[in-house]
Amino acid sequence: MADRSTLLSMKHITKSFPGVKALDDVSLDVKTAQIHALVGENGAGKTTLMKVLSGVYPYGTYEGDIFFEGTHCTFANINQSERAGIVIIHQELALSPYLSIAENMFIGDERAKYNIINWDKTREDALEYMKLVGLNENPNLPVNKLGVGKQQMVEIAKALAKHAKLLILDEPTSALNEKDSAHLLEILKELRDTNNISSVLISHKLNEVAAVADSITILRDGRAIETLEVERDQNGTASISEDRIVKGMVGREITEMYPKRDNPIGDVLFEIKEWTVSNPDNPERKKLDGVNVTVRAGEVVGLAGLVGAGRTELAMSVFGRSYGENISGKTLIEGKEVDITTIPKAIAHGVAYVPEDRKEHGLVMIQNVKENITIAKLEKLTKMATINEHEENMVAEEYCKRLNVKTPTILQTTGNLSGGNQQKVVLSKWLFSDPRVLLLDEPTRGIDVGAKHEIYLIINALAAEGMACLLISSEMPEIIGMSDRIYVMSEGRITAELEGKTATQEEIMRNILNN
Amino acid sequence: MNSLIAIMKKNVRQYMMVIALAVAMIAFGFLTDGIFFRPVNLTNLVLQNSYVLILAVGMLLCTLTGNVDLSVGSIVCFIGALCGVMMVDLQWNPYVAMLLAIIVGVLIGMWQGFWIAFVNVPPFIATLAGMLVFRGLGQVIMKGQTKAPFPREFQVISSGYIPDPFGGAVVGTTTLHLFTLLIGSIIVALIIFGEIKKRRKQQQYGFDLLPTGIWLAKVLFIAAALLAFTVVFAVYRGFPNILVLLGILVVGYQFVASKTVQGRHIYALGGNRKAAELSGVKVRWVMFWIYTNMALLAAVAAMVFTARLNSATPKAGQGFEMDAIAACYVGGSAVSGGVGTVIGAVVGGLFIGVLNNGMSIIGISTDWQQAIKGFVLLAAVAFDLYSKSRSSKVA
Repeated sequence: MADRSTLLSMKHITKSFPGVKALDDVSLDVKTAQIHALVGENGAGKTTLMKVLSGVYPYGTYEGDIFFEGTHCTFANINQSERAGIVIIHQELALSPYLSIAENMFIGDERAKYNIINWDKTREDALEYMKLVGLNENPNLPVNKLGVGKQQMVEIAKALAKHAKLLILDEPTSALNEKDSAHLLEILKELRDTNNISSVLISHKLNEVAAVADSITILRDGRAIETLEVERDQNGTASISEDRIVKGMVGREITEMYPKRDNPIGDVLFEIKEWTVSNPDNPERKKLDGVNVTVRAGEVVGLAGLVGAGRTELAMSVFGRSYGENISGKTLIEGKEVDITTIPKAIAHGVAYVPEDRKEHGLVMIQNVKENITIAKLEKLTKMATINEHEENMVAEEYCKRLNVKTPTILQTTGNLSGGNQQKVVLSKWLFSDPRVLLLDEPTRGIDVGAKHEIYLIINALAAEGMACLLISSEMPEIIGMSDRIYVMSEGRITAELEGKTATQEEIMRNILNN
Repeated sequence: MNSLIAIMKKNVRQYMMVIALAVAMIAFGFLTDGIFFRPVNLTNLVLQNSYVLILAVGMLLCTLTGNVDLSVGSIVCFIGALCGVMMVDLQWNPYVAMLLAIIVGVLIGMWQGFWIAFVNVPPFIATLAGMLVFRGLGQVIMKGQTKAPFPREFQVISSGYIPDPFGGAVVGTTTLHLFTLLIGSIIVALIIFGEIKKRRKQQQYGFDLLPTGIWLAKVLFIAAALLAFTVVFAVYRGFPNILVLLGILVVGYQFVASKTVQGRHIYALGGNRKAAELSGVKVRWVMFWIYTNMALLAAVAAMVFTARLNSATPKAGQGFEMDAIAACYVGGSAVSGGVGTVIGAVVGGLFIGVLNNGMSIIGISTDWQQAIKGFVLLAAVAFDLYSKSRSSKVA
């Protein structure tokens, strides 16, 4: 590996969204014929960085400069970055299921003359690129007849057909089994060694990263923390251990960010027992398997794990069965089994779910603040089928004051508020529904530090009132800083239960990875 | 002046249609040398458009969910045919027959609502099927014939006028319908009273207020316009029965949409179905009742239309669905759902009706009328999208 000139150089990239700095002065260098891993927790900025690189966020919407093969890049869209040789392969595959392998490979770049497709040439070229990725199939086969692993290969072949010099793979193995994953990583190595093609590999699977990466950049909170160069001895053992990577990923200090809470913890209030749920897209696969969770009155219980571990699915399937199929298990409140199999029943029993996706699941963005706050329990304001407008206004004013929602009036369109204030509106809605059990799914995602702190104070106040709070978060410091107890979840099972006071990020990460 | 422009910009969509309607009416008044404003013409305007307006009220709820109902024209045909068979062929008691027609309408709605809400058939497809099914069935039960004439009690729905217990007052050569004047005055008084109350409330909560002058002008304009129309109707034969029915429907549905839990749930569902569902809105049942209600109103419209024609024909109701849909979108419904008002849909329907009527008097052919209506619809929706993108940029 002598010839290692710099292929890509991203310098001082800063990208802001309203209220959040997603990337803060990040620099990244990728050399020719190198596999460069990009690791970090959810929300660290990996995907944002790759979107900046590929032109999804066009030049001018971020600060900093990108040089590819020595030229300054000003991509306005994805087509321009692809023409330059940067091809991104997304986590969700972007294949058209009923078209053949060959057709999929040349979508947008058809082998055509005078707008008439040359099918012989299409198949011939397809075979050539399929050979590069070791895909031994008939190019006329519709891609939905292939397994996920082979579909992934079609994606890579498609990228190569665009003359990619740099492949960006976003969690390419998250949906693959071990054999397919190993094959994919082999292909990446082969492309590096024989075709001088570089890859940026975004992955949570640190064993894979340690196994193939030549260089590892760790992102945390939108900053590039460090770049580790990996040396390998003759047996292929890497000089960088997984533990070393974990340390870089989580090495953050918990400061005053997390306010103290010292209310007494009461009896068990909410229990989930032997909760098993199938994936609705694939009913044979269990998304959750025998999960047991208990939350006491006045207790904040954290649920840690990676994206896809089943945490959101747990909360949603419990909350009125709004996710999943073949659900079995029991839910108990104060030791008595309760029927919360529909959302209205769940609300009536005092269960509230603050969803992960505020925009899609939490709020009606085009409605005003007042309408969003009262929607979950309008009955409280209704007399003879009519909503009492006066009372509704009072309630909305009261919650905006209590939760410090910054809005000109309660008639403001909710979509015009900042993320933090939107989240407070979601919380207001659920507090108005008189809950006893709060399921909080990533309650601070995408909001700025100040608003986060306010949300923590609200959660503490609610716990002090005796509510049972289940806190799902991908930010480990948040879980540790806020929780009395922590469940670690991995692939649909609870793999550990830790004391909130003594848990460390390394301990959680180890329990996630060693499932 | 600047503040006036700012206020207009802010509320442009809200007032645009009302202003456009007023402008169109005044323009046609000039173009037709006043024929447009003659009492007999305005009465006709209401009668001609009543069934589309009734349909528009129900269609508004469908558009709030981001969908439409294509079957209403065919349901008008089917229910009309049913009325024909019951009243003309079988000579049943017209009141019993009318009740049965309503019940059948509700059943049709439940049928469509079932497929839409519980089998997840897209409303476009389910009601397209209904459009074919009920047009076909209507023609089957009529056996291709026209059913006429209908009994007097039935015709009165569309051709009758409210009685005048005061006997009327003779002024010069015309007789004024006193009861109509009384009702009109009471309504205007109620509207003024309501506006004052609303403004007080707004002040109390510190919401954005219209400047006093503009608010006064708005209220006075509405009051004057309503009083003027009341007088026009009183000069002719009083309020038509249809107008009373229409008034009750509009007020009733506006109330349901804006003041009840059910109405709020419809808007929430239209704005974001998933978020509404996760907030405890029974989205399937909401969809079910919206489409049930639509067919119920289609049955009402069918009777109004059949009574007005005094015959049930196989072609009845053709294209009504499109007129009702156009009324909603011209009246400010958002194509994506969640935005729109009953009053807006009625104003939109009236606007199209005024264009039809005015152009007919001037002598523009129906072919041109059709094309012009199309342009109006396109312009209204394009304007809506344009003003929305503008306002979102400002915010």
